[in-house]
Amino acid sequence: MLGLNKQDTRLLLLVVILTMAAPFILNPFPEGSAMAQFNAGYPDLMQRFVIFGIFAIGFNILFGLTGYLSFGHAAFLGIGSYAAMWMFKVLGMNVLPALALSVIMSGIFAVFIGYISLRRSGIYFSILTLAFAMMSYSLAYSVLATDMDGPDKQGLLQKGLTGGETGLQLTLQDPRILGQQTTAEGNIPVPSLFGLEMRSAAELNVGDWVFTFSAGYYFAAFVMLLSFYLSIRIFRSPFGLVLKSIKSNQQRLNYTGMNPKPYMLAAFVISGMYAGLAGGLMASMDPLAGPERMFWTASGEVVLMTILGGVGTLIGPVLGAGAIKYMENILSKINSDILHTWFAFLPDGLEDFVVAIIYPFIGKGWHLTLGIIFMLVVIFLPGGLVQGGQKIAGMFRGKKAADEKADGKTTPAE
Amino acid sequence: MGILEVKNVGKRFGGLQALSDVNLSIAERSVHAIIGPNGAGKSTLLNCLVGKLIPDTGSVMFDGQSVLGRKPHEINQMGISRVFQTPEIFGDLSVLENMMIPCFAKRDGAFELNAISNVLSQKDVVERAEHMLEEMNMADKRHMTSSSMSRGDKRRLEIGMCLSQEPRLLLLDEPTAGMARADTNNTIDLLKQISEERDITIAIIEHDMHVVFSLSQRITVLAQGTPLVEDTPDNIKGHPKVREAYLGETQTAA
Amino acid sequence: MDAIILQILNGLDKGSAYALIALGLTLIFGTLGVVNFAHGALFMIGAFCAVTFSRLLSVSHEVAVPGEVDFLGNPMMRDVPYIYDILGEATGAAVIDWAVPLSILFAIPVMIGIGFAMERGLIKHFYKRPHADQILVTFGLAIVLQEVIKYFYGANPIPTPAPSAFTGSFDFGALLGFDPGSIIYPYWRLVYFGFAALIIGAVFAFLQFTTFGMVVRAGMADRETVGLLGINIDKRFTIMFGIAAAVAGLAGVMYTPINSPNYHMGMDFLVLSFVVVVVGGMGSLPGAVAAGFLLGVLESFASMPVVLDTLPGINQIIIYLVAIIILLTRPRGLMGRKGVMED
Repeated sequence: MLGLNKQDTRLLLLVVILTMAAPFILNPFPEGSAMAQFNAGYPDLMQRFVIFGIFAIGFNILFGLTGYLSFGHAAFLGIGSYAAMWMFKVLGMNVLPALALSVIMSGIFAVFIGYISLRRSGIYFSILTLAFAMMSYSLAYSVLATDMDGPDKQGLLQKGLTGGETGLQLTLQDPRILGQQTTAEGNIPVPSLFGLEMRSAAELNVGDWVFTFSAGYYFAAFVMLLSFYLSIRIFRSPFGLVLKSIKSNQQRLNYTGMNPKPYMLAAFVISGMYAGLAGGLMASMDPLAGPERMFWTASGEVVLMTILGGVGTLIGPVLGAGAIKYMENILSKINSDILHTWFAFLPDGLEDFVVAIIYPFIGKGWHLTLGIIFMLVVIFLPGGLVQGGQKIAGMFRGKKAADEKADGKTTPAE
Repeated sequence: MGILEVKNVGKRFGGLQALSDVNLSIAERSVHAIIGPNGAGKSTLLNCLVGKLIPDTGSVMFDGQSVLGRKPHEINQMGISRVFQTPEIFGDLSVLENMMIPCFAKRDGAFELNAISNVLSQKDVVERAEHMLEEMNMADKRHMTSSSMSRGDKRRLEIGMCLSQEPRLLLLDEPTAGMARADTNNTIDLLKQISEERDITIAIIEHDMHVVFSLSQRITVLAQGTPLVEDTPDNIKGHPKVREAYLGETQTAA
Repeated sequence: MDAIILQILNGLDKGSAYALIALGLTLIFGTLGVVNFAHGALFMIGAFCAVTFSRLLSVSHEVAVPGEVDFLGNPMMRDVPYIYDILGEATGAAVIDWAVPLSILFAIPVMIGIGFAMERGLIKHFYKRPHADQILVTFGLAIVLQEVIKYFYGANPIPTPAPSAFTGSFDFGALLGFDPGSIIYPYWRLVYFGFAALIIGAVFAFLQFTTFGMVVRAGMADRETVGLLGINIDKRFTIMFGIAAAVAGLAGVMYTPINSPNYHMGMDFLVLSFVVVVVGGMGSLPGAVAAGFLLGVLESFASMPVVLDTLPGINQIIIYLVAIIILLTRPRGLMGRKGVMED
């Protein structure tokens, strides 16, 4: 179906079902119950799941297929956000042109940054991309945030292209030539898809359960499904095969009559455009763009997501993005009071002890948990959650997990 | 005029004159061996032919066109394929995928952004790759991960990948180095078969005299970066200079 | 002229920190072949060694102040550090005042221990894995280390003053014959620069003049050959890792009075130190040191008002800009060796 083989079709359908039913699946606990804090089915978080999913899917096209580790991918995320914001300011609040410009702008920047960075490989490539991203961050933070209108005018560029530390925001004075400048009530309009506001949502009450269906989430989820589908096609295409061969043995590829450079650049640009799309979607959900989106920690985050989920696998990056965003939003909300209620059944001394042990890993300490999990994955499970899932599935089937002996035969010494 | 004409090639690394005044002509459809003791400059010469190194002086013409200054992939597209000393294959990919890459290179050239269609829907490439695997007697291994094969099989696959591009000149850099005797003999048979059945020229750098004498029609002996003699295998065997410089020690060692 | 001297001086202390971290990074890279993203965390832990040590020194108990009572009529209590009881009040106060430099004694064994533990427990298993894996696992370790510090010390910077003897500034202007007050330079920064120079000198002397150092240098040049000589290179490399950790840690200890330590200072410095290493040339020790000072001074020049007026924001991007230019024109960095990380 859709040019995919059976297995990929099944995977795509599974993802379609999961994303469409996410408001139910992620809200398994009734409102007001003790477990309700584990519910992740609210629009803001669900939007982040799919948006960071797109970011990670794109990153995986570069890192997963070619093995080139970019430590500066957040630059494209930021560029996408700024581009979308400018579309909102100048053209109107429709998200489609905004996303189009996000993808185009990040693509243009990716051509430039990629062309230069790809002249080096290995750690040098990582450092070059990091340097470019940090330069973008600094430029957005200070240089591009200076008043470009002149002191006597109060126009569009009063806070520069990027708005500096506070970020780029919408104002009532923005022209929005194709849309309405202000709403009937005199407010700033919100991003919408032909009138369907991204923040609008419907609620469904079933007994104690409350399910929220947000227009923004479903729009972002649709974009994510498209991106995911496209990435499957890329993985299975001749282009994808050549990218895998670059990771496997670039020397052989050179002597097989293929020029790895344009292939790498294409992968870098595609991957940058994915990041730009994610950035544009972020601005569409919440019309604000700040430089911190380009900081190197944001680049590190997408690396974490991809590795955690399973680098080079199709679904891994999406899972990784979901896992990290879930931890960031849910794990970080648990505090010591909540822990005490959980372990109240234990004798007092033991209760305090257990809480004291767990406490560093939750709440503000969720980064610690993330770091530990990440290290464990890199050390013991290089294939990430996907590999872990396969191993568990293999154990249930009573088979040994795929242990095809790598290079079992004796290779004589040189 | 041979298919490959090397004229007055010299290459210097710092204080070391690796090649000086190398002249070599390889006749079309022949098997030509280049032998010489360690450090004679065999690998340097080979690297000059495939674009990895650029000689300081002289010219290298392939079929009337200069290869100098061209990148390895461009030289490959001209019709020169290279087999490495340690088999260079795409270890993470399956045997069939390995074979498909050169087929794509042959069909699409150095770059083609074909990012949407499925690999397996490219019938011509798949057929070509499958056909080549059958010729190499590897069809039963097509779904194996190539890094898990024996060294002999890896070598076979590498040669097959090169042949699938239908090169006019096949360069082999010590193709049997580090192989067990049985694998070596298989490789010799394979190369013999290739040179008999195909419209191809083979140039081979080799240490193993057994391989050299069972395959080649012409032999060039390289010593200290310059050709010592060039002749038929029978004449080379009896040549006193060669015996002195090279063969004596190797034959006793072997 | 005086402005230029001032900028060079201003660049030296940051440059010293870059140079010390980059020295350790490149030492680890050159010997073990490992790209250590957790090296900044070692710098940060060093800084917190100083914090811990000064807190330890200030551990106090309550003593009633004779003759004074609070409004409830209870005797007035006062905190007295235990160290006063041991050394007497005057010496005790002096020791607390000198807590930062004294922390060096505390930090050396701690840092070497952490270095050994890291190398034996984690890094060792990554020698044969790809560089990307090394980057990733040490990146994870860096997150863990900084979160542990954050848990124990909180997220806010902790002011850690220099000894009062060094709190003033030195007037270079008067010394060099310019207007007095034109080049003012805090004493502690001078101390830091001197300290960095001392450590760098010591590391180079150690590598140059001891048998141990000779073997390590040989190992950096060609690990396999040295291994073939039957020298147990692995054990020496473990020790080398400990030394590199100590160098980073000491850089952190002495940096505390310049910048109050916080849990993410390591990462802030690491990113720049990596750039420094790459600019200096991966695996080149003199390159790392030279590039550290060079970039520190450049950054400081770029922050001059004159420069900022013509090129706004250049101070923020100068290091990255230089790194990009150098990497593209001299792929091996300023003093890089051939064949390092080129595959």
